[in-house]
Amino acid sequence: MKFVAFLIVSLCGGLLLYATADLPAWGDPNSPASSHLSPHYIEKALEETDVPNLVTAVLADYRGYDTMFETAVVFCAGLACLLLLRDYSRREGSFYRHIPTGVVIHFKNNAKSMPASREFEHMDKEWVPYDLIMKTVCRILIPFIQLYALYVVAHGDFSPGGGFQGGVIFGSSLILLAISYNLRTVVQRIRERALGFLCALGILIYTGIGVLCMIAGGNFLDYGKLAEIFPVDPGHVRALGMVGVEIGVGITVMAVMVVIYVNIASEGRHDEGL
Amino acid sequence: MTGTVYPALLIIGPLLAAILCSGFSWVEKRACYPVAAAGLLLAAYSAFRVLMEVLASGTIQYRMAGWPPPIGIELRIDLMNALVLMVVACIALVNLFASHRFVSRDLADREGTFYAVYLMFVTGILGVSATGDLFNLYVLLEITSLASYALIAMGDPDRSPLASLNYVFIGVIGASFYLLGVGYIYIMTGSLNMVDVASLLPAIHDSSAILIAFIFCMIGVWIKMALFPLHVWLPNAYTYAPLPVSRVIAPLMTKVMVYVMIRLMLTVFGLDYIFEKLDIAQAVVWLATAAILAGGVMALAQKDIKKMATYIIVSEIGYMVGGAWLGNKTGMTGSILHILNDAVMTFALFLAAGNIAFRLKNVHFSSLEGIFTKMPWTMTGFVLAGFSIIGVPPTCGFFSKWYLVIGGIEAGAYHFVAALIISSLICAVLFFRIFEIGFFSDDSHGHGHGHSAGPEMAEAPISMLIPLGITSLFLIGLGLYSGVIVNRIIHPFLG
Amino acid sequence: MSDIIPLIVAKYNYWLYIILMMIGLYAMIAKNNLVKKLVGMNIFQTAIILFYVSIGYKTDATIPIIKNAHGGGHGHAAQTIHAADYINPLPHVLMLTAIVVSVATLGVALALAVKVYQRYQTLEEDEIRMRLTENKS
Repeated sequence: MKFVAFLIVSLCGGLLLYATADLPAWGDPNSPASSHLSPHYIEKALEETDVPNLVTAVLADYRGYDTMFETAVVFCAGLACLLLLRDYSRREGSFYRHIPTGVVIHFKNNAKSMPASREFEHMDKEWVPYDLIMKTVCRILIPFIQLYALYVVAHGDFSPGGGFQGGVIFGSSLILLAISYNLRTVVQRIRERALGFLCALGILIYTGIGVLCMIAGGNFLDYGKLAEIFPVDPGHVRALGMVGVEIGVGITVMAVMVVIYVNIASEGRHDEGL
Repeated sequence: MTGTVYPALLIIGPLLAAILCSGFSWVEKRACYPVAAAGLLLAAYSAFRVLMEVLASGTIQYRMAGWPPPIGIELRIDLMNALVLMVVACIALVNLFASHRFVSRDLADREGTFYAVYLMFVTGILGVSATGDLFNLYVLLEITSLASYALIAMGDPDRSPLASLNYVFIGVIGASFYLLGVGYIYIMTGSLNMVDVASLLPAIHDSSAILIAFIFCMIGVWIKMALFPLHVWLPNAYTYAPLPVSRVIAPLMTKVMVYVMIRLMLTVFGLDYIFEKLDIAQAVVWLATAAILAGGVMALAQKDIKKMATYIIVSEIGYMVGGAWLGNKTGMTGSILHILNDAVMTFALFLAAGNIAFRLKNVHFSSLEGIFTKMPWTMTGFVLAGFSIIGVPPTCGFFSKWYLVIGGIEAGAYHFVAALIISSLICAVLFFRIFEIGFFSDDSHGHGHGHSAGPEMAEAPISMLIPLGITSLFLIGLGLYSGVIVNRIIHPFLG
Repeated sequence: MSDIIPLIVAKYNYWLYIILMMIGLYAMIAKNNLVKKLVGMNIFQTAIILFYVSIGYKTDATIPIIKNAHGGGHGHAAQTIHAADYINPLPHVLMLTAIVVSVATLGVALALAVKVYQRYQTLEEDEIRMRLTENKS
């Protein structure tokens, strides 16, 4: 197997290296890629869309159709993890300890699980170290991380940022909560049903804005036509449309990151994780 | 042009249905199936309207977000596209109807999520067939692949996750090679729109980078369509997938990749680049011949209808690749007609296999004894599908094989013609073997065996027979109307 | 030989990404452990992303965010923007999409690896193949 792999790798590598003879030099401002389409994006994007961040302008407006399908890829990955791993069967026996008295209760197979209560604590099967420093530090940091994530989404038009970046940061704050406390904290705070709705809501916002543009008389995702329905300045309406779709993207990415983590870390059972 | 809204509806319909389906799966599970059916009905109707419009007024160019290409992305639907879109939408819709019983029996607790992922797969395939932008094609291809990885792993719990994981690795290599090819095209031309690239390429025909771009795009597409010897992922992945899934992925995924290859050949790189500048057409036709023979020989060794069908698919891909690379109009006509015909034939074969598996729980040859008397309608559909694959007139398989044979003789590729005829004979042997087992039930094996007292061999339910009946009628109808299809759609497209 | 040296020096970025890509491809094909194959897949896709991003670079150009565009809604139409001052934004856009696609594929592939592990209790491909043939016989 290693010999076959080596053969394939040398063949492909050789072909690619042969092609580099014709490629333009690195950093050449007159290469075809830099002189055919991109001058239009760089010079005209600000006056056509009123958004200084050119990457966001191209991502959300000129190639917005691609970005919708990128969000759909993320959505599909979340659905796929749910489809593959989610296991609704009951686990064998769980242990709860009554905190004031120290009495341990054993729920045997197929008994209904205990409703959440401050007096009872669920005992994990694997030993989890009790780490006060981690819990305190993370508890203080997480709101700031989430605020930063919202900042990144909102400022995607003016500085590096946007829906994907902000959504991932927000999702990672929740994953930090799951790592520093335990998985059950996250699952109890954000129910699975809410996460499922959030996944679908984000991409529904994106597609909904596109359909709204079609109802207003334009093509799909043609933000310019939105000025005919909403009372906004026609020069600025494209920027507003972009903010709308970026919010949708951020919501979906956040929810899907948490869904993927929770399902893989707990092998679909949502009881205890890493 | 903003006059028509159907190209966008074609793609948004299933996407919105997928989103709503996944939302409903958390509150009201029973609403998922109607929503999915509504989305696919909308897609099929839009595909029909798009086909009528393209026949009436020529190529549709729908600008997404209102920007003209190459600045924005456009959907470019011409005659070949419209045909492929129609086939895809109809097969996906009919498969949904036929699979409802299967899904509610085997996958009851995750029915909503299953329909949502199924609809995402259909959205991806429709998008691949409709787009006019090279990078957009990669994104949609990845949606299709992701959905298919998840759907395939829902089958046999022992073997399907591993088969799907192997498919992931090979599929990622294929898609990444295609992306690499597009990157080389972009670095040399500066554009991503198919028509724009076609206008810029003739100036740089001699460049080695464009040659490598072509090679990598082709290899990526060949991996995804399972051309021999890059087909190693296909048999395991499609055999261990659940039947509702392999019924839709097997006819559609590989055929749409053949469409992508023909689109790259005709619209992006251009026939004079491929056949005059490069000299690899002969080698590719030999490769296709090897694919046809290898698929046929390996199908002979199988004892299971599903595995046999997957090797037949490998063989059929050889027909289409060989026909496209023959270099003449008849061969290309045969190849495009075969996309349409093979999708319907494979779908009919898998529908019949699904009905058998629904009652018998497996499709091994040994459990098929006496099945003609017990499941007559299913086996009629199976016989028609078999005749079509062998190439018996008036079923559709005969007509596309006819064009391929004539094209092969015109191009002087006698090895290809010989492979086509040998493959028909091999398919005849395969199917008549099953007919023989099915017709003559062996009573001496019936008594005292534990497994004969197990699943009863009754006829499949009506909701699964009607789709099979419709598809079988289409097999004959498409065959009788082949002349119309070729004259109205394919020949005007090839010009 | 002497004309290869300027070739390598002027286009060293392409050579780097090709070597990285081949390392990833080798790992995907030759390694036995499923997670090592996934790591190789990630390296392979990242190398392609590097290639695309390197297409957009222009010497002495800055990031593609127009400077001084904040003030007022109507004042900034006056400044002229030169294309040579900013790097090409299109490859960055394309690669945002490619990164997201590769993360999504990695997520689904890891879910599949979890299912394989649940069934076979191992992630080495030769052991799994051995157990499959044992089960069949």
